[in-house]
Amino acid sequence: MNQKLVVSPSPHVHGGDSVPKNMYGVIIALIPALAASLWYFGLGALIVSLTAVAACVLFEWIIQKYLMKTTPSISDGSAAVTGLLLAFNLPTNIPLGLIIIGAAVAIGIGKMTFGGLGNNPFNPALVGRVFLLISFPVQMTSWPVPVESRFQYLDASTGATPLSVIKEGVASGASVSDLMSEIPSYLNLFLGNMGGSAGEMAGVALILGGLYMIWRKIITWHIPVSVLASVAVFTGILHLVDPETYVGPLFHLLTGGVLLGAFFMATDYVSSPMSRQGMLLYGIGIGVITVLIRVYGAYPEGVSFAILIMNGFTPLIDKYMKPKRFGEKVKTAKVQNTK
Amino acid sequence: MSVVLITILTLAGLGALAAVILYLASQKFKVFEDPRIDQVEEALPAANCGGCGFPGCRAFAEALVKADDISDLNCPVGGPDIMEKVADILGKEVAKTDPMVAVVRCNGTCENRPRVNQYEGATSCAVAGALYGGETGCSYGCYGLGDCVEACDFDAMYMDKETGLPVIIEDNCVACGACVDECPKDIIELRKKGPKSRRIFISCVNQDKGAVAKKACSVACIGCGKCVKICPFDAITMENNLAYIDYEKCKLCRKCVPECPTNAIHELNFPPRKPKPEKKEAPAKSPESSK
Amino acid sequence: MLKTFSIGGIHPADRKLSAGKSIEMLPLPKRVAVPIAQHIGAPAKPEVKKGDLVKTGQVIAKTGGFVSANIHSPVSGKIFKLDEVVDASGYRKPSIIIDVDGDEWDENIDRSETLNTDITLSSEDIIKKVGEMGIVGMGGATFPAHVKLSPPPGKKCDILIINGVECEPFLTSDHRVMLEKGDELIVGIRILMKALKVDKAVIGIENNKPDAIQHLKKLTSQKSGIEVQPLKVQYPQGGEKQLIDAVIGRQVPSGKLPIEVGAVVHNVGTAYAIYEAVQKNKPLVERVVTVTGPGVTKPGNFLARIGTPVSQLIEAAGGLPDNTGKVVGGGPMMGKALTNLDVPVTKGSSGILILPHEEAHRKPVENCIRCSKCISACPMGLEPYLLMIESEKELLDRAEDDNIMDCIECGSCSFTCPANRPLLDYIRLGKGKVGQIIRNRN
Repeated sequence: MNQKLVVSPSPHVHGGDSVPKNMYGVIIALIPALAASLWYFGLGALIVSLTAVAACVLFEWIIQKYLMKTTPSISDGSAAVTGLLLAFNLPTNIPLGLIIIGAAVAIGIGKMTFGGLGNNPFNPALVGRVFLLISFPVQMTSWPVPVESRFQYLDASTGATPLSVIKEGVASGASVSDLMSEIPSYLNLFLGNMGGSAGEMAGVALILGGLYMIWRKIITWHIPVSVLASVAVFTGILHLVDPETYVGPLFHLLTGGVLLGAFFMATDYVSSPMSRQGMLLYGIGIGVITVLIRVYGAYPEGVSFAILIMNGFTPLIDKYMKPKRFGEKVKTAKVQNTK
Repeated sequence: MSVVLITILTLAGLGALAAVILYLASQKFKVFEDPRIDQVEEALPAANCGGCGFPGCRAFAEALVKADDISDLNCPVGGPDIMEKVADILGKEVAKTDPMVAVVRCNGTCENRPRVNQYEGATSCAVAGALYGGETGCSYGCYGLGDCVEACDFDAMYMDKETGLPVIIEDNCVACGACVDECPKDIIELRKKGPKSRRIFISCVNQDKGAVAKKACSVACIGCGKCVKICPFDAITMENNLAYIDYEKCKLCRKCVPECPTNAIHELNFPPRKPKPEKKEAPAKSPESSK
Repeated sequence: MLKTFSIGGIHPADRKLSAGKSIEMLPLPKRVAVPIAQHIGAPAKPEVKKGDLVKTGQVIAKTGGFVSANIHSPVSGKIFKLDEVVDASGYRKPSIIIDVDGDEWDENIDRSETLNTDITLSSEDIIKKVGEMGIVGMGGATFPAHVKLSPPPGKKCDILIINGVECEPFLTSDHRVMLEKGDELIVGIRILMKALKVDKAVIGIENNKPDAIQHLKKLTSQKSGIEVQPLKVQYPQGGEKQLIDAVIGRQVPSGKLPIEVGAVVHNVGTAYAIYEAVQKNKPLVERVVTVTGPGVTKPGNFLARIGTPVSQLIEAAGGLPDNTGKVVGGGPMMGKALTNLDVPVTKGSSGILILPHEEAHRKPVENCIRCSKCISACPMGLEPYLLMIESEKELLDRAEDDNIMDCIECGSCSFTCPANRPLLDYIRLGKGKVGQIIRNRN
């Protein structure tokens, strides 16, 4: 025999899963929401998505090649996912320069300063988004009107999001039942026919994508379900207490970034907890903080902040929420009498 | 105006309160510490390599201050100079120690020791060691995965890509012994550095029988015992088919070196043998100049 | 809904290429090398010297302690020498090398094919016999069988579980034993039940072997106490703790043996060997070995004498394919890669798997992306990603707190990892070090 046998520790087979498979799986899951975004916002959505993805990939390549001096790993798709998620969190009439700044912050500060994929404590896309939101509040909170702004970009006619309508209305003393006439019907909210960030409005598309990821085992159900359930329960209680000040749970679930956040942002592998119990706690935390910000905070929307805050708790959750060990729960039906 | 005043007063008050609390706490929980510990620690190299057998320089300093007799305590990094300084501080005696250096006792390069397998696991000698004997027929030799280089805190080692073996940079080696502890094959040994860094050692740890060892590696010690016979100082012993030179007994006469049929005995930093050695300094620096 | 174990698990493609091939007798080799340490525990002590003539089945090395096993000559012939032979990991291990001459068996051994169903020996005598005949766990762990049959004082066994799961992909030796030696197997189980003084035994078989389930169900229908339990296909169901959980729903606590929950597990191969030992006086001198692999021309199941070189088995299966990259002793999940092909078959060799180059190499390691898939896969409810870091950075006290010693080294984590991280490589290392610390502490 003239060939060298390969020697390695077991196991000798691999399941074939890979980082790119998971990342491209997320991108596939985002396609319905992207399609919805293109349908409602047209040109603006196209420009914002393409720019954000291209900028994120480019920044990752530059940083890996020239600052970290490693082989760029942009083909694993993680930068593209960050870019797409960043785009989904921006209004579609945002100037190009801001998108590029957002991408630079997301990749440069949110991800690469910590060592790249796998090491970032916070969701990079949200770091970029929140940076833009705080630095450029005007541009970040003018929302193009869906459908009619299809062929406009920077000059799109803008309107308010349902969340800000409610927030401002309640603050100025109006009752919820009066305000409900100003916002679209639940069917329209579900289909995404409302003002909002590029990818967050189309509930049906996001749920479809989320189910696809759960089916492909890219994510587990724990985080999305716990986020949505805690939002629903918390707003439900508030609504029951005072229906004239607090909107019902369905409204909260369908508006703003709750669905996008629950399925795509909170489930970011790197910045979410590892154990099942930890995921549930993390999801509940996100849901509760989101509602707190929406109802009592200064911003009408709080999903991004809620996720970033809970990202900060992830190491702590990982430390104390351990998976259920085998043998912890000893089922000793007949054994007791032998002792 | 009053706002400014209130602010300043509040902050000043808070500061003063914190200062008082901190002062009281520091008085209350004060632990007496021998001031010499700090002095000794100052004198130590602060490498925290653990070569002395203590977890870091601070712990070593404490041990030095506590011990009545410090002659068996030694900082391999600092060497005699530092130990003398420490002895001065403490007013104690130190033993004179010979400077040591790590040597790699394997010469199984890719040419000398042909590979029969290909390892594909985690790049770690420890992982490979738990799995199997190595990529070659010699189950005693170097894995070449560089755990020793990882362990070295002094940039005194690197992996030679050509040979697949670690190389020790004598000038940087402080003989802390980290690599010795790390090597799963016990290939690396601390040996006396020797006068002008000259030393002789057997560069092999293979305990297989001669024929088996030779088949696996052309420069293996085959346990023939020729070196044992020729050594005038009884410095070489033979155990489990493997010769070992006792560096305390070896007088560096170099008679054993040409005797070895497989060239397993290595001499370092000696002037060339033939023609007659001229007045030429060995390339490596003398032990005094290395720290 | 079929039963299975409760935490984790993976589904590797089962690829049982040799499931339909009946057990074939391998011709006698010319020379065998019998290592004296083929089991967990103390090595046996050689009883023969160079030049001695031995018969098949004669003791050539005596047990070296309670946790140890006798070794019998697998062939008849002359002791060539006692020397060190390279084992699967490249280390040289003391062995007895025998030149084969004919095939003369020890006269006490009953070599007839007749089924002997009368169990005459008492419980104690059975355990003694099993020990004398050198029977060890044949699923791969090679733990001496008589030790498992002697529960420690104060512990009582109430159920015997027979492991017919064979959850490793590719391997089929247990499957074939269940199909072809079913009657003997049942007698073997009854012997084990008598030895353990239990009246209930369950044979756990994964649902991908419907023929074996059918066959054994038919055989056990009139026998009281023995039951066949089909199980959902999931790796690592053949792990002792997982099997107990799957079959009777009891979880063995951390750091404890199965006897803690009143169960004893034996492999079908072991049960068959025990039948032969007790009823036929035949020691463990041969075993069924699966030789398989994607490129192998004639994958099959061979009855080979202990000590036969692996190369001869591979010849019998059609020879080594050209693009062989790796040869594994055992299954692909827990087997050991062989460094050379002169390695002898031992009591624990359940299979020889030949992987082509396409499947023999590992993919490059990437950063951990914290996807938590290893946690989902771990059948022991551990955190492999964390244990790997703790082992790599030598944070051994924390690794111990995170239950590293519970790891059964099934490889599910490394199998699943999308970043191709060598999780088990490091965990195994850390487990060894932590084990050492724990032993020193006691």
